[in-house]
Amino acid sequence: MKKSVIISALTIAGLSAGAALAGTMDDVKARGKLNCGVTTGLVGFASPDANGEWEGFDVGVCRAVAAAVLGDPSAVEFVPTTGKTRFTALASGEIDMLARNTTWTFSRDVDLKFEFTGVNYYDGQGFMAPKDLGVSSAKDLDGATVCIQTGTTTELNLADFFRSNNISYEPVPIETNSEAMQQYLAGACDVYTTDASGLAASRATFEDPSAHVVLPEIVSKEPLGPLVRHGDNNWGDVVRWTLNALITAEELGVTSANLDEMAKGTNNPEINRLLGTEGTLGEMLGLDAEWAKRAIAVGGNYGEIFEANIGVNTPIGLARGLNAQWTDGGLIYSPPFR
Amino acid sequence: MTMQTDSAAGNFRLSMLISDTRYRSYTFQLVAMILLFASVGYLISNLIFNLQTAGLSISYEFLEEPAGYDINQRLIEYNSQSTHWRASVVGVLNTLLVAVVGCFFATIFGVLAGVLRLSNNWIVAKIMAAYVEIFRNVPVLIWILIINAIFLVSLPQPKAFKARGGNPPEAEMFLDAFAFTGRGIYMPKPVLQTGGMLVLGIFLLSIFVMFAYRRYARSLLYSQGRDLPTFWPSLGILFVPAIVIYFVIAATGELPIVLEYPALKGFNFKGGIWARGSFVALTFALAIYTGAFIAENVRAGILAISKGQTEAAASLGIRPNRIMSLVVLPQALRVIIPPMISNYLNLTKNSSLAIAVGYMDITGTLGGITLNQTGRAIEAILLLMAFYLFISLSISAIMNVYNKSVAIKER
Repeated sequence: MKKSVIISALTIAGLSAGAALAGTMDDVKARGKLNCGVTTGLVGFASPDANGEWEGFDVGVCRAVAAAVLGDPSAVEFVPTTGKTRFTALASGEIDMLARNTTWTFSRDVDLKFEFTGVNYYDGQGFMAPKDLGVSSAKDLDGATVCIQTGTTTELNLADFFRSNNISYEPVPIETNSEAMQQYLAGACDVYTTDASGLAASRATFEDPSAHVVLPEIVSKEPLGPLVRHGDNNWGDVVRWTLNALITAEELGVTSANLDEMAKGTNNPEINRLLGTEGTLGEMLGLDAEWAKRAIAVGGNYGEIFEANIGVNTPIGLARGLNAQWTDGGLIYSPPFR
Repeated sequence: MTMQTDSAAGNFRLSMLISDTRYRSYTFQLVAMILLFASVGYLISNLIFNLQTAGLSISYEFLEEPAGYDINQRLIEYNSQSTHWRASVVGVLNTLLVAVVGCFFATIFGVLAGVLRLSNNWIVAKIMAAYVEIFRNVPVLIWILIINAIFLVSLPQPKAFKARGGNPPEAEMFLDAFAFTGRGIYMPKPVLQTGGMLVLGIFLLSIFVMFAYRRYARSLLYSQGRDLPTFWPSLGILFVPAIVIYFVIAATGELPIVLEYPALKGFNFKGGIWARGSFVALTFALAIYTGAFIAENVRAGILAISKGQTEAAASLGIRPNRIMSLVVLPQALRVIIPPMISNYLNLTKNSSLAIAVGYMDITGTLGGITLNQTGRAIEAILLLMAFYLFISLSISAIMNVYNKSVAIKER
């Protein structure tokens, strides 16, 4: 009994021990590895490939940060987290940053004391149903059984959506995306709901994707982005501006193909500031001048990472839509590098 | 030696705290205790310090806020606008439901398997041995997942009960009253009409009278040696009055109790009682897993009674089933009950694995969604620990009372 008290106290104390101490960047540099929290496996966003190498859209952000800070995109320890464990993992210091299609909400930002460093994917919650269910709108779902991933904003949106439309449903809470898919395919629930991007990613892994439809309703705003702990603004800046560098690179036409050429110096001063041939932006962040160049070199600019992992030419087949550059009518917009 | 060192208190020197065997153990215990308290104190102060530097404080105010999420199985009124506290209570009730039903079935499985494992029939004994060894030696989480998957895959889904495009439905309801689906078992629900309460009241009274009769029969056996039959009279007392009153009321007008049958409407069956698939799978898995442990306790208890007892009773001319109920079982229970308590406790605590099949118990509501949506991890976990501690101690207390009633009475 006494022993177990000690152990549990140790666990709690240990959990909170690493928290809230500034100097995450020093820790990362000293460790030589970035601990990055990702999903337990969502194809296109973060999942291990056949060789056990993590790849995906969110993984791309982790690798870009690792390249900017450590100069090595492979110096990342990927920590799979569930919807339930992700915030504890970040708050306790087990991971340095979380890139796990996490929705930026007021309470997570303010009450849970995290700092969202931007939005890398504008998403919304949708529904997926088998075609033979004969449902064409989410409003036809009165009395349906709905699979949801527990510990996410989706279960709150779901409750709001059904309540405001005055229809009933039966929630089936499930811990991870893969378990949810199993239950959905076995028919334990009529529909599956999560972020529309997640639905597309999951559907791409089905044996017969065409037998399932994503319903037209998008019932929520889900701005997904990487986040860090409150209280370490320097580290937050590094993650924020690494993401912004990828976005700005796309806007300015810097790609993995022309990166080396651009890095020799161009007529565009913003490209020069971004790639470190002009100004001291890297130094201000506490990094060297070529930090952004290394970040972009990993998987290309934002658009290239998008197309390679979740774009229309991949099995997931997501169009840019809201996630196009602001110059193309989307919402992806980086503050200037100046 | 004790004579020599047993000197007057006035001769006490400080060094004797180490050198004298009379004081040494106290010294060590004191040192150990100080170290223990110091380390616990350090951990707590470290926790408080870290919480403060992170700008967090321990607060239970979140329990008053609206939960915002829905729960599938609710034994009390609950919707997404209810508070986190109410969501926790819904979870508590769900946990208790699994615990009670699970313990009930675990006892049945366990007693059956334990007795049958001692059977002289080779096949029966070996089958029970296999059951015990297989279920006892695979983690319960695996069993929960396996059994849930079997339910899901082997049983038809509700839409299979629907006729489509002129084809007859793929699955049919059992007796037009029960539907066994991958989403759970739907069964008729008795609904009380006028006069229904009377039937129910009579039935409850019958239960009371039945026990009174059995008590009387027993006292007659002990005091006068008269042996009244108990089985058939008990059954009669239990059912006859309620059935008579039911038909009396039915003859005068409407039926006092009617059944509400489940019927397929839209995506799911509506009406009747719905034992959700998650509940059935979880309860069954916990019961059959714990039953394997109980079987071993029962077997140990019966084997602990020496054969001489049975033979002595037989030589007095007592019939075999009476030997079991009057001689062997009362003594075996003394051996069986204490480990049974810990099995019930284990089952209750193991029910916290419910989220694996999407069953919303207290760990799923308070320790899952509430914790996650509010971010109050330490508060929620402390509350969760307090709850499980309270439930476990309550089960122990109740079972200890029962244990006292079967324990050896010193006369």
